[in-house]
Amino acid sequence: MPKDPTSGPVDQTRRRLLMGAAALPLAGLLPKSVLAAPATAAVNTTGLAVTDTEVTVGILHSVTGTMAISETGSVQAEKLAIEQINAMGGVLGRKIKFIQEDGASDWPTFAEKAKKLLVNDKCASVFGCWTSASRKAVLPVFEQYNGMLYYPTFYEGLEQSKNVIYTGQEATQQIIAGLDWVNKTKNAKTFYLLGSDYIWPRTSNKIARKHIEKYLKGCKVVGEEYFPLGHTQFNSVINKIKLTKPDVIYAIIVGGSNVAFYKQLKAAGIDLSKQTLLTISVTEDEIDGIGGENIAGAFACMKYFQSLDNANNKAFVAAFKKMWGDKTVIGDVTQAAYLGPWLWKATVEKAGSFDIDKVAAASPDVEFKGAPEGYVKIHPNHHLWSKTRVGKAKLDGQFELIYETADLVEPDPFPKGYQ
Amino acid sequence: MNPETTPRTGFLTRSQLVGIALLALLIVVLLPLTLDIFRLNLVGKYLTYAFVAIGLVMCWGYGGILSLGQGIFFGLGGYCMAMFLKLEASSVENTKIQSTPGIPDFMDWNQLTALPWFWKPFASFPFTLVAVILVPTLFAFIIGTAMFRRRVGGVYFGIITQAIAAILTILIIGQQGYTGGINGITDLRTLHGWDIRTDHAKFILYFVNAALLFGVIGLCFLVRQSKLGRILVAMRDKEDRVRFSGYDVASFKIFVFAFAAALSAIGGAMFTLQVGFMSPSFVGIVPSVEMVIYTAVGGRLSILGAVYGTLLVNFAKTTFSESFPELWLLGLGGLFIAVVLAFPAGLAGIYDSHIAPRLAKWFSRKGRTPTPAMPVSTPAE
Amino acid sequence: MFDSYSISELGSIFVMQGFAGLILFSVYLLMALGLAIIFGQMGVINMAHGEFMILGAYVTYFTSQAFQHFLPALFPAYFFVAMALAFVASGTLGMIVEWGLIRHLYKRPLDTLLATWGLSLILQQVYRSVFGPREVGVELPAWMMGSLKLTDTIEVQINGLFVMTLTVIITAVVAVMMFRSRWGMQVRAVVLNRMMASAVGINTERVDRLTFGIGCGIAGVAGSAFTMIGSTGPTAGQLYIVDTFLVVVFGGAQSLIGTILSALSISQTQSTLEFFLSGSIAKVITLLGVVGILMLRPQGLFTLKVRR
Repeated sequence: MPKDPTSGPVDQTRRRLLMGAAALPLAGLLPKSVLAAPATAAVNTTGLAVTDTEVTVGILHSVTGTMAISETGSVQAEKLAIEQINAMGGVLGRKIKFIQEDGASDWPTFAEKAKKLLVNDKCASVFGCWTSASRKAVLPVFEQYNGMLYYPTFYEGLEQSKNVIYTGQEATQQIIAGLDWVNKTKNAKTFYLLGSDYIWPRTSNKIARKHIEKYLKGCKVVGEEYFPLGHTQFNSVINKIKLTKPDVIYAIIVGGSNVAFYKQLKAAGIDLSKQTLLTISVTEDEIDGIGGENIAGAFACMKYFQSLDNANNKAFVAAFKKMWGDKTVIGDVTQAAYLGPWLWKATVEKAGSFDIDKVAAASPDVEFKGAPEGYVKIHPNHHLWSKTRVGKAKLDGQFELIYETADLVEPDPFPKGYQ
Repeated sequence: MNPETTPRTGFLTRSQLVGIALLALLIVVLLPLTLDIFRLNLVGKYLTYAFVAIGLVMCWGYGGILSLGQGIFFGLGGYCMAMFLKLEASSVENTKIQSTPGIPDFMDWNQLTALPWFWKPFASFPFTLVAVILVPTLFAFIIGTAMFRRRVGGVYFGIITQAIAAILTILIIGQQGYTGGINGITDLRTLHGWDIRTDHAKFILYFVNAALLFGVIGLCFLVRQSKLGRILVAMRDKEDRVRFSGYDVASFKIFVFAFAAALSAIGGAMFTLQVGFMSPSFVGIVPSVEMVIYTAVGGRLSILGAVYGTLLVNFAKTTFSESFPELWLLGLGGLFIAVVLAFPAGLAGIYDSHIAPRLAKWFSRKGRTPTPAMPVSTPAE
Repeated sequence: MFDSYSISELGSIFVMQGFAGLILFSVYLLMALGLAIIFGQMGVINMAHGEFMILGAYVTYFTSQAFQHFLPALFPAYFFVAMALAFVASGTLGMIVEWGLIRHLYKRPLDTLLATWGLSLILQQVYRSVFGPREVGVELPAWMMGSLKLTDTIEVQINGLFVMTLTVIITAVVAVMMFRSRWGMQVRAVVLNRMMASAVGINTERVDRLTFGIGCGIAGVAGSAFTMIGSTGPTAGQLYIVDTFLVVVFGGAQSLIGTILSALSISQTQSTLEFFLSGSIAKVITLLGVVGILMLRPQGLFTLKVRR
């Protein structure tokens, strides 16, 4: 795990990405593939919905209910990737056709729809789910009916499945490098941990606490608190923060609570240009609701920012805005969702087959050089190798890249020493 | 609605028997024959909600108590069953990668090193079966006693049950080391070694569920036909008069509320078995109110109607949300309003006023038992 | 946790904590006022109350956008225009709803609950389709941001003060209207005896519609004020509904004083507990306390003496 924050981050990405870009087949850059497609019987031995010209995949996100706010970006990214892949000739000479189902922010509905996509529609792969709860609900379905799920969200880890590729970061990838960075550059010794009350913030804070207490010298946690989802009154905890004067506020608050928290923080006179605040739950998407002026100066630890300066990302942002409008913003998860179809395509082509077992077996070491975040590679544990980056929120709702790890960070869903 | 005036066989009138037989034909014969196992399992899931809806017919339609927190009892029943199944799924062999093998995975993630005391009895299946019914019923009994003894009723009761549902959700989500948090208790596999995830098991569970449902329907008819049922109706219509006649109104209310809770709990337990997990999203306010609409659509006075209502709303939900996800909420909202404004008696009411008279006419034209004076009673009742 | 602090530091923390409780109090009261009028005076359960608030919030958002584009010079004052518009918009919608839905259900209070729940689902979906599923951020004029430094260690939030002032004004206006105006007298007459009220020439239908409209309008103003502290999204309204109903019921449905005192006690309890415990637990304990007391004293803290 890289611990040296001083190496020149931006230069290095750029170099790597330019190298990658040469081989990069982004939408429309290459003539349509005219290779003869391999026979259906050869690439599909398990009765998936694959014909000579088409392959069916599923998209499973919430377009209604409370999670629709967050999941819309992922749906858009997946559709964009599918369209781009189709424009390049599809996968193994077959166009991708997608069936979209609505999980309605309701976990059994997710399980129900996942089953429909696998059993009725015989989808060759499914891109979807957002919250941990929805993933936990569909996981047994994917394992039982042997499907393939590409899951985009950064999450708490503690999971690994043959049938899931996790294209977001697991907790250690998002947390550890960020804490090291803030400890070194801001000389931070005391941390106040905040979170919404559910599994991801609690597990993440647990890892953060272990890291702070065990591995960072002389550092300690001075407070740890959780709030019900949707909580909107943070004045009491803000007073506690004022009382304890932590060097760093470490915030993992999600959804509508976020908006309330940052607005009240600002109103209470806590100036984020003086008080260091590190979050792993605010992306460009959330800032849209919070308002740039309320959060400017906060640091976020992610693997992707819309403002990343590389050729892949510029092409991706341009294509995304062309398809979904100028005002859309792209957050970390949206980018991770975009990786799903591309990684699946690369894996299928490596395996030479749509069969789930072969795709699962071929997944380790599949690379995607065209990723907007830069080069990514699938680890044998089905998570991605990716960089950890720290960005500083600006008034316009974008992040300015402050730091990135020199190397790709190895995914470690069951971190030893953090349990 | 006037059971005395139609011919009786046992405790049921003939038309009620016909109604039950028709529903049985639909659920036990027609649906299993026509649907594949995937859809059949869905129907099975819907039918678990029907337990709640029937409970609401008893406590809302007959007892006049509108509870907006039936999800509490559905959830408690479901959680009891899920705890048993989870313990079975967390055998030492299955969980050897954990730092403490033999406890459920989510406990291990939350640094618990031993099974909490209240989980321990759930290793026993007989205890679980008793707990499934008893825990929610006791809880309902406590709420009911506290409220009805002090003559809280109507909308106040609704709002307080809603608040309790909210509290319980926050508690379950917050105590994730003990409850699995927002993810719920997932990845349930076997019941006494019998894999409940296979198609075959789902098929069998569907029929177990159906059998329980008809048992419950029978029980409800029995209660309704008894003196108890008549007192309930009297109480709903003129509580004071019943009280002045010397009846202890609160006891009857407590009984019917606890009875409805027990039915919901059976539904919850069957839900866990058929779907394979339980989560706090069934305990909250939204599912609780949605379950009220099943009853309202079916007709709040009709036990069989509740089953039809549940099936109809859920079919509509699945179909609509497959083809027009954005419109679904509009449809559901419209349904609430339409049922209240235009069809207060629900499907059963439509049947009574439109279909039953024609059927009666048709039967009488055939010349069998020409009794035009016979009041129309409905199978959907 | 207080070991390492001086007396003056502790003092200022308690002042600020008291202030936090007062903000929460204003928020609860503002939410509950509209509902207290509708539920307390008309007996109608309006489950769509939260959605009327969100309508006010959206109106505020669009007003701020409009001022930014067309009248940037007047932007500092836009909030007052926005609140007026929010009142009109939510009030108008309320009157339409009363005419189309509520008036058919006055004799069936439990049914208004179901119907307005349906209405809330419809409104949520309409907001989602029209305004998009994402949350929108309302930009505040600069003068409303930040805090006043009273002493070196005591700071009070300006928007908190603003919400408190607003709450006081609206409560006073409601009280005056209720107990001094002709409309208030008519409302109270209709509540006490609809038949007699109509017999003495009060147009009960008009009174109903106006009352419902005013209740919803106040919800709209509350929503507008909430853009300062909370989020604006299609489903944000649902978050408030249980809290709001508890405030009203706890206070005793027909009493304005009761509503005020119940908002005060609930908010102070919650904010004090939040200071000493974690947020989730504080919320659970507060709600349990409220439910527990309601079980012991179902008629609420203050109520008209009615024997049921």
